[in-house]
Amino acid sequence: MTERTVLDAADMRRAMTRIAHEIIEGNKGTDDLVLLGIPRRGVPLATRLGELIADISDRPQGAPGLVGSLDITMYRDDLRSNAYRAPAPTDIPGEGVDGTTVVLVDDVLFSGRTIRAALDALSDLGRPAKVRLAVLVDRGHRDLPIRADHVGKNLPTSSSERVNVSLAEIDGTDAVTISGGRE
Amino acid sequence: MTDYLITGADVLGRGRADIAISDGAFVDPDLLGPDPEVIDATGLIALPGLVDMHTHLREPGKEDAETVLTGSRSAAAGGYTCVHAMANTAPVADTAGVVEQVHRLGRSAGFTEVVPIGAVTIGLEGRQLAELGAMARSEARVRIFSDDGICVSDPLLMRRALEYVKTFDGVIAQHAQEPRLTEGAQMNEGVVSAELGLPGWPAVAEESIIARDVLLAEHVGSRLHICHVSTAGSVDIVRWAKSRGVQVTAEVTPHHLMLTDELVRTFDPVYKVNPPLRTQRDVTALREALADGTIDVIGTDHAPHTAEHKCSEWSAAAMGMVGMETALPIVVEAMRDYDFDFGDIARVMSQAPARITGATGHGSLETGASANLVLIDPNAPHTIVPADHATKGRNNPFAGLEVATAITDTFFYGHRVLADGELTTPHPAGASWTEQ
Amino acid sequence: MKHLLDTASLTREDAVAILDIAEEMAQVGEREVKKLPVLRGRTVVNLFFEDSTRTRLSFEAAAKRLSADVLNFSAKGSSVSKGESLQDTVQTISAMGADAIVVRHSAAGTAQRLADTGWIDVPVVNAGDGTHEHPTQALLDAFTLRRALGGFPASGAVKDGPRGKGLDGATVAIVGDILHSRVARSNVHLLDRLGADVHLIAPPTLLPWGAETWPVTIHYDLDEAIAGQDFDAVMMLRVQHERMHESFFPNAREYARLWGLSEARLRALPESAFIMHPGPMNRGFEISAAAADSPRALVLDQVENGVSVRMAVLYRLLTGQEETID
Repeated sequence: MTERTVLDAADMRRAMTRIAHEIIEGNKGTDDLVLLGIPRRGVPLATRLGELIADISDRPQGAPGLVGSLDITMYRDDLRSNAYRAPAPTDIPGEGVDGTTVVLVDDVLFSGRTIRAALDALSDLGRPAKVRLAVLVDRGHRDLPIRADHVGKNLPTSSSERVNVSLAEIDGTDAVTISGGRE
Repeated sequence: MTDYLITGADVLGRGRADIAISDGAFVDPDLLGPDPEVIDATGLIALPGLVDMHTHLREPGKEDAETVLTGSRSAAAGGYTCVHAMANTAPVADTAGVVEQVHRLGRSAGFTEVVPIGAVTIGLEGRQLAELGAMARSEARVRIFSDDGICVSDPLLMRRALEYVKTFDGVIAQHAQEPRLTEGAQMNEGVVSAELGLPGWPAVAEESIIARDVLLAEHVGSRLHICHVSTAGSVDIVRWAKSRGVQVTAEVTPHHLMLTDELVRTFDPVYKVNPPLRTQRDVTALREALADGTIDVIGTDHAPHTAEHKCSEWSAAAMGMVGMETALPIVVEAMRDYDFDFGDIARVMSQAPARITGATGHGSLETGASANLVLIDPNAPHTIVPADHATKGRNNPFAGLEVATAITDTFFYGHRVLADGELTTPHPAGASWTEQ
Repeated sequence: MKHLLDTASLTREDAVAILDIAEEMAQVGEREVKKLPVLRGRTVVNLFFEDSTRTRLSFEAAAKRLSADVLNFSAKGSSVSKGESLQDTVQTISAMGADAIVVRHSAAGTAQRLADTGWIDVPVVNAGDGTHEHPTQALLDAFTLRRALGGFPASGAVKDGPRGKGLDGATVAIVGDILHSRVARSNVHLLDRLGADVHLIAPPTLLPWGAETWPVTIHYDLDEAIAGQDFDAVMMLRVQHERMHESFFPNAREYARLWGLSEARLRALPESAFIMHPGPMNRGFEISAAAADSPRALVLDQVENGVSVRMAVLYRLLTGQEETID
C-alpha cells in the first residue's frame, strides 16, 4: 500500500495561520468568538487556532473563554449500528454559547455527518448567533448539504482512499497523508 | 412367559456366567426348557434389579408431574425393579386406603414393583402419628414410614414412631432438617450463599437432627434410616453411631455424590433441591462414606416437577430433581476414583436397599430367586438428554453430561420390560405377577 | 457488555468506563436542553416486581433524559399476582417492544435468569434482586465517593472531573445489616475492584456466614473500628423494621446504641470522613439526625448521581452493536 504526504508540518502551520486570519476577519475581531474542537483531533487543532488568534489579534494571551471542545458521540446517527464508543468530555468556555460566534473545528470534512451531529449537539447547549466550520482538510464526498467556511486544504480523493491526519499532540508528528485506494 | 437364556454376561462384574430365567425366577441353565430366547450379553454386566428406597411418583394428586405408570416406566428404564414411593402425595399416603391405591396402581402399571411408603404423621403435619399399623397390615404391607420433604422434628413424636414400628419390624426414614434453622432456606449455607444473598440451609440443620435421632434409635433399640445424607458432618455422625451398634442406615443421592453448590451461581432452578447441593468437601466425604460402607444405599429422591415449577425465579421454583434413569451411570462416574466395582454398585443399589426395606423378591441372582435383573453396558458413552427419558420430569441436572454406562435390559419378575434400551410391555401376568 | 447483572463480574475497566460516562451525563443536567438523543425511538421497560418508587423514578429519569420511551410495569395489580409465571410476564412485556429491561425483583438471581434463559434477547439491568446485588446503587456510590474524595463537588456538572480513576487507597466502612443487603454485596465487590480498603461493621448475626472469605476486614464493634481506622467514608445501611422481631439483635434501642451513627461517633470520625446512606434512612436508629444532616453527608448527592450513573449504564448497554473493539 502506498502512502503519500499531502501536508507536512510547515504546510500545516501555514494553513492554520491562514485560517486564524480568516476567522478574525470574518468575525471582525475576537469578541464573542468561541472555538469548539470536535474530539479527537479537532480539539488540539482548536487549541492551536486559539493560540494563533491570540498572537495575531490584540487579545491577551491566555485570556479565558476562547477555546473549548464539543463531543458529538451521543448525537451520532450510527450509535446503534457501529461499535460502542465512549463519549468524550464537552467543555464550553466562558459563559456558554448563547449569542456567540461558534467556530467548529475538525480535522477532516468527509460525509458531513459529524458536523450534522455537532450542530445538533450545539443547539442543545444554547443558541449561538452564528456557527462557522473550520477544517484542516476537505476531502469531498459529502452525504449531507454541509460545507466548510475555512479549509486548510481541499484534497480531491477517491472514496476508497484513506486520509490520515497526524498531530504532534496525539501522534507525535504533524502530517496529512493519503493511503489506500485503487492503484 | 418366555424363558430366557442370557449368555456371556459378567455377573456382578466378577466373572462370566450364563443366567437362565423361567416362569419369573432364576433357574439352573441345565433345567431350562426347550427354545428359550437367547440373549447374547457379552460385554454386559448383570446385576440384581435395582431397588430405590426413595422416589416420588406424585400420584395421587400431581399427575401432571408424574404418574405411577410413567414413574414405573422411568424406573424400568433406569434398571429399577422395585421402587418405594414417598408419602407426600395429595392426599398424603397416611391411611391404608391411600397406600393400597398406590400399591394397586403400581401393580397394574406392571413395569416395576411399587412399594408405598407410609407417612409417619397425619398429613405430614408432625403432630399426630398416622395409622402406621393399619398401613403395615394393609394389602400394601408398608414397612417404611417417612414424612419425607418434612422432618419429624418433634423429638417425642420421633421417639414414639421409632418405638411403635417395632411392632411390625418397620423403619422410620427421616428427612433430617431442623425446621427453625432452615426457615426460608434456598441453598446450602456457605461461601456461595453469602455471595448470592440466598438464605442458607446450614449443614448443622441436618447434622443436629441425625445426631438426635441416632441417640433416640439407640435408646429405644429401633431401626432408623436417614434419607439423603448430604454433609461431611452427617457422615461422621452416622459412622460414630454405627460404631456404637446403633441400627442406623444411611442413604445418599446420585446428585449429592456429583454436584456442588457452585452450580447455584447460575440461578438455574434445575439445581434447586432439598437437601441442597453442598460443597466439594461434602461430596468427597459422601463418596468415601459410600465406598467404606458408612452410607448403605443410593436413593434417587427422584422428584419430577412440571416445567412451570422450574421456569421461574430461583426462590419460587420447586425443589427436586429427577434421577431414576440416570442414577446408575452417575454413581459409576462419581465413584470412578474409588475402589468401587459393580459388586459394590449391586450392594448399594440393590442388595442393601432390598434388605433394609424387606423387599424379598429383589437383590439376589441366586437360583430360585425372583428373576429381577438388570444388564448394563459399561462401555456405552452417551450424553444425557432428559427429553428422551420416560419420566415426565425434565428437571434432570445432568443434562448434557457425558457418561460411560448405559442400562440395556431390565427383567422384572422374569419379564423383559427393557430390551436393548427400549421399554417394552408391562408384565403379562397383569396385577398378579407374583405372590408376596 | 450486554447486561449489567452484578458487580461481582464487573471488571474495573468497565466500572471506570461507566463512571466516566456518568461524568458526561452529569453535564446534561446543567444544559439548556436537559436531554440527549441517544435512545430516541427506543423503549426501556422498568419491570418492577417489588415496590421501589425511588429506584424506578431514577431509572425513568435516566431513560427519559436519553430520549427513550419508558414503560413502567409494576407487579402490583398485574397478572403476576394472578399466578402468571415469570417467563410469561417477561415475554409479554418484551412483545410490547422493549429494547432494554430494567428489573427489580424480591428473588435473588432474577435478572440473571432473564439474561440467561433466552426468554428475551435484550439487555437486562439489575435494579436489585433479593438480597443479592444492586449494581447501579454501588456504581452511584462509587461515583459519589470518587468525586468527594477527589475534592470535587459530590454531584452536579464538573469540568475535568476525576475521569479514569478508581478509589485506590480509600478506606471505606459499611455498617449495619450486611446479611440482608444487596447494596452491601454490590459495594463490597465494586469498592474492592476499584482499589478501596473495605471494612464491614455489624453484629455477627447480621453478617453472612462465610463473609470472612470476602476481601474485607470485619469488625463487630463500631467504636473500636472508628478508633482504629481513619475512614474516608462510612456507608450506613438501612435496617428493616421486620428484623427487630427476628432476634438478630435484642431490640432497636440496643442496636442504635451499639451500631448507630450517633453524634458522638460522628465526632469521633476523621474530620474529612464522608457519610453515605442508600436511603431511605431510619433517623434516630441506624443514623442520627446530626449525621444525616451534617455537611459531610452525601445522601442527596447519591440520589442525584443515581440518574447520571443509570444514564451511563443505559448508554453503555444500548449503544454499539458488538463488544468494544477500542
